[in-house]
Amino acid sequence: MATPKRPLSPFMIGPYYRPQLTSMMSILHRATGVALAVGSLVLAAWLVAAAGSALAYESFAACLGSLPGRIALFGFSACLVYHFLNGIRHLFWDAGRGFDIPSAYASGYAVLALSVLLTAVLWWFGMGGVA
Amino acid sequence: MSLRNPLSKAKGLGSAKDGTGHWWNQRLTAIALALLTPWFVVFAVGLLGAGQDAVRSAIAQPLPATLLSAFVLSLFWHARLGLQVVVEDYIHGAAEIALQVIIKFVFALAAIAALLAIGRIVFTA
Repeated sequence: MATPKRPLSPFMIGPYYRPQLTSMMSILHRATGVALAVGSLVLAAWLVAAAGSALAYESFAACLGSLPGRIALFGFSACLVYHFLNGIRHLFWDAGRGFDIPSAYASGYAVLALSVLLTAVLWWFGMGGVA
Repeated sequence: MSLRNPLSKAKGLGSAKDGTGHWWNQRLTAIALALLTPWFVVFAVGLLGAGQDAVRSAIAQPLPATLLSAFVLSLFWHARLGLQVVVEDYIHGAAEIALQVIIKFVFALAAIAALLAIGRIVFTA
């Protein structure tokens, strides 16, 4: 079946819209969601390794404890904190609350600030546990 | 004039036979995760640097085993639903269908593997 080339609606941000806080946070919610989905498979691998042999768990722990592993873990935690906070913002919107522009901006800045703060707090505790 | 059968109109499930099911399940799992994630983060940070035996005995406790099972189920379901929408939006043609099938299989496998692993840890503790 031949599919004719039909015009597609353009990607709006950039050539037509200036980036706004709201649209950037929306795309970031998706990006962190995709990253977390991939990271969730590592969580499954962690559980399988924990249930498996000592060698399996040692290899997994060595992977996660390596520098790339720690960087990935930091990325995962930052994504998790942001997606968690912004997800709550989305749930309030779904309930019809805080959807006016001033509130959406205020909650947006609050989510960004809290994301940085909570990720930092998490790693402050995390590094204490590792050291 | 509507050609839609009155029963199908009353059921409100539309032509895809799913209605608001996808949207609603994504919100339900979001609420579950909003409640379970803080617990999981505290649990996971507490296990940083712990050995396999310590991890297993922590997971084997009744409450952590229950919450962890609920967490991974909600997580994989939510991830599957979210990835489905992202693929629907940005990828088209044969690659879209292949990816949608792969995503469903991978996350179903991940859920089964995670639950079996938790089960093995709990029942061999």
